[in-house]
Amino acid sequence: MGRIVLDKLGKRFGVVEALRDLNLEIADAELIALLGPSGCGKTTTLLMLAGIYKPTSGQILFDGVAVNDLPPQDRHIGMVFQSYALYPHMTVFDNIAFPLRLLRRPVDEIQRRVLEAAALVQIEALMDRRPSQLSGGQQQRTALARALVKQPTLLLLDEPLSNLDAKLRVLMRAEIKHLQRRLGITTILVTHDQVEAMTMADRIAVLRDGLLQQVGTPDDLYYRPANTFVAGFIGSPPMNFIPAQVETTDGQVAFAAEGMRLPAAEWTAPHLARRRGGPVLVGVRPEDIRLSLVPGESAVQGRILDVEPLGRELVVAVTVGRQVVVAIAEHGFAGKPDQPVGMFVPPERIYVFDPTTESAIV
Amino acid sequence: MLLLFLGPFVLLTVLFFVMPAIITAFLALTNLDAAFQGTYVGLDNFRGLFADPLLPRVLLNTVVYVFFTLICFNTGLGLVLALLTTHIPDRVGTVFRAIWLLPRLTPMVVYGLLWLWFVDPTKYGMLNTARSWFGLAPLDLISASPWLVIVLVNGFIGASLGMVILTSAIKSVPEDYVRAARVDGASSLAIVRHVILPLIRWPLTFVLVNQTLALLTSYEYILLVTGGGPFYDTTVYALYVFRRAIQNGDYGYGAALAFILVVVGAVAALSYWRLLNFERMISAPKIEAD
Ligand SMILES: Nc1ncnc2c1ncn2[C@@H]1O[C@H](COP(=O)(O)OP(=O)(O)O)[C@@H](O)[C@H]1O
Ligand SMILES: [Mg+2]
Repeated sequence: MGRIVLDKLGKRFGVVEALRDLNLEIADAELIALLGPSGCGKTTTLLMLAGIYKPTSGQILFDGVAVNDLPPQDRHIGMVFQSYALYPHMTVFDNIAFPLRLLRRPVDEIQRRVLEAAALVQIEALMDRRPSQLSGGQQQRTALARALVKQPTLLLLDEPLSNLDAKLRVLMRAEIKHLQRRLGITTILVTHDQVEAMTMADRIAVLRDGLLQQVGTPDDLYYRPANTFVAGFIGSPPMNFIPAQVETTDGQVAFAAEGMRLPAAEWTAPHLARRRGGPVLVGVRPEDIRLSLVPGESAVQGRILDVEPLGRELVVAVTVGRQVVVAIAEHGFAGKPDQPVGMFVPPERIYVFDPTTESAIV
Repeated sequence: MLLLFLGPFVLLTVLFFVMPAIITAFLALTNLDAAFQGTYVGLDNFRGLFADPLLPRVLLNTVVYVFFTLICFNTGLGLVLALLTTHIPDRVGTVFRAIWLLPRLTPMVVYGLLWLWFVDPTKYGMLNTARSWFGLAPLDLISASPWLVIVLVNGFIGASLGMVILTSAIKSVPEDYVRAARVDGASSLAIVRHVILPLIRWPLTFVLVNQTLALLTSYEYILLVTGGGPFYDTTVYALYVFRRAIQNGDYGYGAALAFILVVVGAVAALSYWRLLNFERMISAPKIEAD
């Protein structure tokens, strides 16, 4: 079993508060991602879970038992480091066998289990190589095998894919996810890449400057972001934020900004009523915007600033007044820079945030 | 251009290493004496080495001296100090290492005299003062166990070079290796044995070879503490060269003894560098990006 609870977990390094009051529950066999920009406290959290760092406040519970004072070797953890940390003086076999040798397992058992772990990640043919003779992907698999050979109850992966090239990353993403489902090991994946988190994790915890922003499924974060940070971090290209004012005419609520007026969805009216005339931050995802080159068809008129082809789709930057709005257009969109363009945003796809607290309003 | 930069160093090397070695080689072929009178005697001095009744004793002394000082102190204690001071908070470690370096910064004679005062056989020596607090009689440590004093005197100063080199070697071991080993279940001792020592084996070999050569050619503290006596009982090879050549005025024979030392040192140093470069070549380090 591997049920993990982090209770008001905090870590300070002198004056630097790397992590503050992190509350998080991780279910058995769950794959959870810790997502956030560099320096937000992800690695620090993993190293506390591994027992390398001692928390300065709060508790870590494994299956209901506090483990704050448990040394790393008693925690049944497998960890893949961002640098892989393969011992350069040992062969692949010896690297994978190292945790078992420290447990003084019999030689034949070590042999068997090392080969099993190697088979899981398909590196059986590389057992006599040194880490320096392996490609990045092979080193990654070796590190994974070394983490799995102990049959840990908790697997910690620190930016496991960040050293791989784009093609290999997509492959390993699927492979790690598949392996985790198959073995049913509770796994914490640390990453700064939202695509990695969205595609691999059951749930995602978003961190910023040591503070938890939101925990939820990929859908939660995408469709119901708690604040502008999460909304801007999830999705690529990122969400557009447009400063606007709440206006009501004939019982119809709308957001008014320079050069545009976006009607709000009907069900949001009660939430927005008391903000009438006040400022809000309107969030619109590029993929929710529909562009039209037919004049007069859309409520919002702009001018194309730039078109970036991405193969299947196009990223189109549009100026509306002084605001630049990024939209995604289908393959075949014929707009050229400087051409006028109409924009349509479905009212139910509009996000609204408080400009001072940055929290979501509806 | 290259010559301009290298020139001074080449000149210095020739002046202070190659020239003396050649002069030594020439002197070794003469029977130069205290009055600087001598003639060419061919290989007589080298033949004399085999007939020298003192030499076996001197060689044995040298082995004892080099082995114990090297293993217990210059490498052993140096390594232990490096390991300890890198596993405590950095500032404390730095202060601790600085204290260990003090003897090396002290003039050699002052350091030697401090030790002589420490082990002074009268009741005024520091050791004997301390013994008197416990009601123990004064002890003449130099006469009782001269080797112990010699090894201690050399070791406490000799450990610092190993400590400094091995400290920086240990600090250059990526932290992730140590963390990974901890997660893999290794105790601190297992980490030292299976991770740190293999990763610092070249600096360690360097310290071993370098300190062996340094000890083989050093005799200053022995001269200060026991003068090599009683008789030749604590005379090591380098001191023997000094005593025969300078004290006895037997320059020709002394030069022959010294020449052997030069050859041993040169061969050891060269083979060490060959080994090191070779190893570097076959396993170019691959640094993993963070
Ligand atoms: N050992 C340490 N000593 C001092 N500060 C540290 C240490 N480890 C991390 N930090 C600081 O804590 C913050 C979080 O770091 P880290 O957990 O490594 O971030 P992430 O892995 O999310 O990039 C950073 O500001 C970093 O500088
Ligand atoms: Mg990190």
